[in-house]
Amino acid sequence: MKRKFQLNHYLLVVIVLALVIFPFVSDSRTWTILLTQIFIFSILAMSYDILLGYTGIVSFGHAMFFGMGAYTTAVMLKRIEPTMGMFILSIGVGMLLAGLISFFIGLLTLRLKSHFFAMLTLAVSGLFLVLAEKWRTLTQGNDGFTFKAPEFFKDRVMFYLVALACLVLVYLFLRRFVNSPFGRVLVAVRENEQRTRSLGFNPLHYKVIASVVAGVIASLAGSLYAVSLRFVNTSVLTMDITLDALLMTIIGGVGTLIGPIVGAGVIELAQHYLSGLAKEYPIFERWIIFFGIVYILAVVFFPRGIVGTVREQIWKRKTKKDGSKPVPKKEVL
Amino acid sequence: MMKTLLKVEELHTHIGQYHILQGVSFEAREGEVSVLLGRNGAGKTTTLKTIMGLTPASKGTILFEDEDIKKRPTYVIANSGIGYVPEDQGIFADLTVEENMKVAMRKEDDATLARQEYVLDLFPDLKTFWKKDGGHLSGGQKQMLAMARAFVHESKLLLIDEPSKGLAPIVIEKVMEAITEMKKSTTIVLVEQNFFMASRIGDRYTLIDDGATVHAGAMKDLIQNEELKRKYLGIG
Repeated sequence: MKRKFQLNHYLLVVIVLALVIFPFVSDSRTWTILLTQIFIFSILAMSYDILLGYTGIVSFGHAMFFGMGAYTTAVMLKRIEPTMGMFILSIGVGMLLAGLISFFIGLLTLRLKSHFFAMLTLAVSGLFLVLAEKWRTLTQGNDGFTFKAPEFFKDRVMFYLVALACLVLVYLFLRRFVNSPFGRVLVAVRENEQRTRSLGFNPLHYKVIASVVAGVIASLAGSLYAVSLRFVNTSVLTMDITLDALLMTIIGGVGTLIGPIVGAGVIELAQHYLSGLAKEYPIFERWIIFFGIVYILAVVFFPRGIVGTVREQIWKRKTKKDGSKPVPKKEVL
Repeated sequence: MMKTLLKVEELHTHIGQYHILQGVSFEAREGEVSVLLGRNGAGKTTTLKTIMGLTPASKGTILFEDEDIKKRPTYVIANSGIGYVPEDQGIFADLTVEENMKVAMRKEDDATLARQEYVLDLFPDLKTFWKKDGGHLSGGQKQMLAMARAFVHESKLLLIDEPSKGLAPIVIEKVMEAITEMKKSTTIVLVEQNFFMASRIGDRYTLIDDGATVHAGAMKDLIQNEELKRKYLGIG
């Protein structure tokens, strides 16, 4: 078992190394930018997986934390100075803000039943969107504003590497988080909240902490996203961002951490290629329709998401092979 | 005289518009197994849920170690030393047997690990399925795990709801052996339909009918009282 577990680690290390080498062997600017987007949305999707996959919380307002990070970084780089130090500080400030706001929102709303919570997060997120639209002196409303990125990021490859490093660090942190005793209780809360309560745990504490972790990490993704575009407008606070994170998590595999990364890759690539086809075939100008079809097919053929289904198949094969000794899912991948 | 650990007096519970418990009273004495008996729908499960704070009581008192716990939240009640094994076992399907146990243990110090060893000696089958997901266990294995999970964290009082329900006779025998062993170190309130099992391990009984206590006493007296058994349990 231990050997297989290490093999999976080696596989991940090889993939990361290949991604590190990629910009030095390929001069495709498009691919560098596309992969950077995938890294950023992978971070966002993983943060959503902590809510949906590990704690069973459906939030329609996750974009507010993404937007918070994006606006904090954009405003600080524009208003103060576009340096690396300010970029790091802005990430910290964005995370702090997201952490505080997710803590208070969580404390007030996570007592509610899941559907009420989902609607409330949508309402609060809408509130932040309206605030960004109206506070024109700071955000310039729907038009948004451009800003200068730190000199270090003038070279797209540097930003690519920073985004990749953030993805790896966030993955390692979240992996440790979900495999900790705390993570086990989160899964228990998702599975049976009443039972968890009668074992002596207060589910609200666990949900609030999960919501803070998810919010803080979404804010990091937002900061990176703003710098990748050198532009921010209210689109970072819209429902579309939350839906993207939701789809990436569901298509990749809920409660798997690796799944949302795969989901982010699939969705970003699908968006890129489907919208690219519009030049040749006008019907693809409505690429979102085809995207919907891809989503329906994924849900029909991979109900547990891509990674979830692959794990299930490997697990079934192992169970068949080993007779009555099934291999636990976690050690398969 | 043994010390009274749990005293339930005139307990009333409403679920929605329904008045489910309409005056349940009983007590559990330290070191004993108190059995709640009654027909289906009499209110036995609701009584346990109300003690745990899962269905809040509308009237009455629940004294645990002389403190009224009626208004306390479930997790506080559990932390004060009451373990609960629900009727549906409440196994976390996506966690392995090991992880289910670790969630219940809460800490992994030497004393808790030693207790885990002791619990696994009581339920040796669990070792075989240690790495298996809770959702893939059979009914009997789930029952073992549910009881082991409640017992692994040292509780002063264990509430066990219908542990024999839907199990094969051989598994029921194992469950009974385990409860008999658990009785040596904790007080148990047992809800059980299987009178044969209840009479073998119970010290005291409380008969519940239509949400209210109708009779209580020593189990040996009930075993000999054919009229009570026929009237409230449909036996004989």
